[in-house]
Amino acid sequence: MSASEMPSAPSSQDAAPPRPTWQVVLVRPETMTFLLLIAGVFAGSQLSPFFLDVAYILRSFTLYSEFAIVALVLTMVIIAGEIDLSPAANMALSACIFAWMQQAGVPIPLAIGIGLLSGLAMGALNAIFVIGLQLPSIIVTIGTLTLYRGLAQVIAGDKSIRVPEWFIGIDKVMIGGIPLPVVAFILLAIVLGFVLSGTIFGRQIYQIGTNEVAARHAGIRTARIKTGLFLGIGLVAAIAGIVTASRLGSVRYDLGLGGELQMVLMAMLGGTYIFGGRGTILGTFLAAWLLVIVSTGMIVANVLPAVQLVVLGVLLIVSIVATNFIYSRTQR
Amino acid sequence: MLKKSLLIGLAAGFAMVTGALAADPIKIVYIGKNTGNPYFDSITGGFEDACEKLGCEFEFVAPATAEATSQIPFIEAQIQRGVNVIGIAPNSPDALNQVLDAAKAKGILVLTVNGDLVGNESHRDATILPVDFTKTGPNQIELTGSLIGYEGEIAILSATTEAPDQNTWIAAMNETLKNDPKYAKMTLVATVYGDDQPEKSTTEMEALLANYPNLKAVIAPTTVGIAAAAQVVQSRGIADKVAVTGLGLPSEMRDFIKDGTVKAFQLWSPYNEGWLAVHFALGLLDGSIKNEVGNTFEVENLGTIKIEEKNAMNTQAELTTFDINNIDDFNF
Amino acid sequence: MNFLRTLLVRREAGIAVMIVLFCLAVGAVKPQFLSLDQLRIILLLTPLIMIAAMGQMMVIVARHVDLSIGSTLGFSAMVSGMLYRFDVDWFGFDVPWWTGIPVSVVVGALLGFGNGVLIQLFRLPAIIVTLGTLSLYRGLTFIISNAKQIDRQWIPSEIKGLSQTSPFTFPEFLPIVGKFNIPWIVILAFGIAILAYLFLMHTRMGRQIYAIGSNPVAAPLRGINVTQVNLAVFTISGALAGLAGIMYASRWGFVNPSNTGNGFEFQVIAAVVIGGVSINGGVGTVLGTVLGVLLLGCVAAALPLLGIPGTSQAAIYGAVILLALLIDRTVRRQGIVSLKRVRP
Repeated sequence: MSASEMPSAPSSQDAAPPRPTWQVVLVRPETMTFLLLIAGVFAGSQLSPFFLDVAYILRSFTLYSEFAIVALVLTMVIIAGEIDLSPAANMALSACIFAWMQQAGVPIPLAIGIGLLSGLAMGALNAIFVIGLQLPSIIVTIGTLTLYRGLAQVIAGDKSIRVPEWFIGIDKVMIGGIPLPVVAFILLAIVLGFVLSGTIFGRQIYQIGTNEVAARHAGIRTARIKTGLFLGIGLVAAIAGIVTASRLGSVRYDLGLGGELQMVLMAMLGGTYIFGGRGTILGTFLAAWLLVIVSTGMIVANVLPAVQLVVLGVLLIVSIVATNFIYSRTQR
Repeated sequence: MLKKSLLIGLAAGFAMVTGALAADPIKIVYIGKNTGNPYFDSITGGFEDACEKLGCEFEFVAPATAEATSQIPFIEAQIQRGVNVIGIAPNSPDALNQVLDAAKAKGILVLTVNGDLVGNESHRDATILPVDFTKTGPNQIELTGSLIGYEGEIAILSATTEAPDQNTWIAAMNETLKNDPKYAKMTLVATVYGDDQPEKSTTEMEALLANYPNLKAVIAPTTVGIAAAAQVVQSRGIADKVAVTGLGLPSEMRDFIKDGTVKAFQLWSPYNEGWLAVHFALGLLDGSIKNEVGNTFEVENLGTIKIEEKNAMNTQAELTTFDINNIDDFNF
Repeated sequence: MNFLRTLLVRREAGIAVMIVLFCLAVGAVKPQFLSLDQLRIILLLTPLIMIAAMGQMMVIVARHVDLSIGSTLGFSAMVSGMLYRFDVDWFGFDVPWWTGIPVSVVVGALLGFGNGVLIQLFRLPAIIVTLGTLSLYRGLTFIISNAKQIDRQWIPSEIKGLSQTSPFTFPEFLPIVGKFNIPWIVILAFGIAILAYLFLMHTRMGRQIYAIGSNPVAAPLRGINVTQVNLAVFTISGALAGLAGIMYASRWGFVNPSNTGNGFEFQVIAAVVIGGVSINGGVGTVLGTVLGVLLLGCVAAALPLLGIPGTSQAAIYGAVILLALLIDRTVRRQGIVSLKRVRP
């Protein structure tokens, strides 16, 4: 895909005519996600007469918007060749710290500040282990995922902590008929999409993911950029946690339990390559909608949750088979 | 599934054509804590039979896991489907407030069945509980006392530290032990929590036996806890030294009763909860029952039901005790 | 001096020391922790994890990971449970009590083979494939069981007895060891560990697993059939998860579509990593894994005895995993440095 992989001086023998535009567009993984999205909408409307309702779909998307927001940043982390499985636990711990602080009498703005700082600290701890100590991010973040959620349970016990009435209901704030968390997701997607595809920083992320050693030799500060990504996902996860607190009106240690699977699923469905170096924000953006459409369509049709598990599992495997297939074709 | 939804679609289309001439049957849905939980099979049976008899449509749905927020998309979906009655066993006392309010605003009758929104009762219309929960504690102490000759050390193995029902019962048990001279020679030495997981409940039970060698009885007011405790006692062959009792499902405890590991335990009829919920809901909707504290109404097989404080109803006055003589009469 | 160096370099010795120190520390507060009775409790906490950890260890040594074992365990246990529950309806007779053991192992092996095929034939990363099958196999468990639990009364008493009875018991009149017995299930788990050791150390394929993990690129050049070995590794992991599944039915006396095996993969991976198996592949021993499993068992048994609330358990597990990673790194670096220093 990147220019460096093309043979620099093709001989006359194997010079192929450039691919037609339609073919380039068609073999991109995002196209597959988009087609699946269309199919999902169609299937949903066939499954239940109550499905096709924009307001309902937006309301349902709000339930997944916090995960979707984090998944955008996670996409960048995966492109850089790492992975973070701890953000859902980070959401829970940040939200618990925030709720616990405000319950103890700390003013809300300060409590939010402390919640965000703790999210940043969790990102920093991941970064220390992964970048400082050179340990594999997958196993480190499995460890911190257990630790963060465990700490949330230590702080909050098994009970829920209420937040004040006026703080509740960020999902009921509408901007042009669209709930605020969904607007935030769309805006963040535009910003990160631009950063990743239109800036030097973005290109460096791809280079790190493609070949870290080469990137370092090319003068890219790989450690600094990766640390920044881990801090970034920590902070965004904390924001997502506090948004969830506002949506639910209460915080418990099991907030966002299992969210890491949904986030990884969004990135994978969007065509992000698990080994790094490839993927786009657009793909994750579409995949988030796909996931919501599929889940919502099945829930409103009262399909057994078991079938939903099967469909999600199959989707993940199909998406990665397709992504691998597409990348191996375009690489030739 | 597709065939069924097509039929529903056809039926909906037909209904639209013929207008509102034919009254749609009342649609009732019950949202359980999670799927695969044997306790809910029995409640669902009560719903199904009552709906068949009285002529309403019933469906049971439940999320795959029982964390605080997993029921929210299911409630949203039922609002979208336009059901008339939502019965729910809430997974959180407060995280569902917003979405239940949205359901009530749409004119849907919201009943909590087999568990209440403790402290947030205004977010549902009424609650249906198996027994008056203030009697559970004294009932259990009396049963325990009768098993150990009203003398010796006893301990409690509960669910999670914040389980609201269990904590109500434990408080009442402490109260009864302290105030009733009949139980003056029984001392409660420990209350531990197995989090409703078999592994955890087993290690807590083993720790009880190690820490209190003179233990005479263990009360486990939770179906997972009592089975785990009974299994420990069975494998150690100490049934004659330590009595295990509490609240359990006959289907899970039958073997322990038959081999003498457990002499007696208690529960109520989950089936009747579903049965009562349907009768009450239909009565409210056709105007024959007024949802006001102090009102009474008749229900087939259950007799006179009174609406108690906070719009709570019970299906039976006292707990049912199961032992070797009657265990085979129950099939749940 | 040489002995000390061996201690530092050998990961297994480090864990063994950790176990001893931990038990002594707990024993200082609660003397009853240092009893044969507690040893039996700890041993009974470990067999499921130990059986599955042997498979997971091979997978990780081959530089993969298998996240689906919890769902594989649940599915295999459910198939056997349903066999016991519905045998008369299906076949018209009661199946013998031991049927569940081969059935679960074969079902687990098939699921593991499925993972292997996806990973090897489509060249997919194991972590994502098994994340998908984790969800897929769990969903299938719900579907085949119609979301119904298999209750205690359907599990044959001989199966349940494997967790309670023992092939040998010390005579009661003996001091200290009297009445102490080791249940079948524990013996089975250690038997599997010994088989795993023999397989990894004394067969061609066992050695090839290490070779693939150390250098997947060079392995085919050395004449190793990578496809075959990887398929075998995932099949073994699935088969052992299946065996752990029927042992779950034995230990807890029921099979639930939702709870059985849920979150099991994290416990097993934690035990394997604590046991010094390198997540980068090529490194790891059966002894280390056994010790890792035992350490986790000691922690799990000690917490309730010390009265530490269950709410702290997850945090402690997380901290132990991170600590193990830290120690792993430090010890290895120290070991290499000290070895270099003594070389002439």
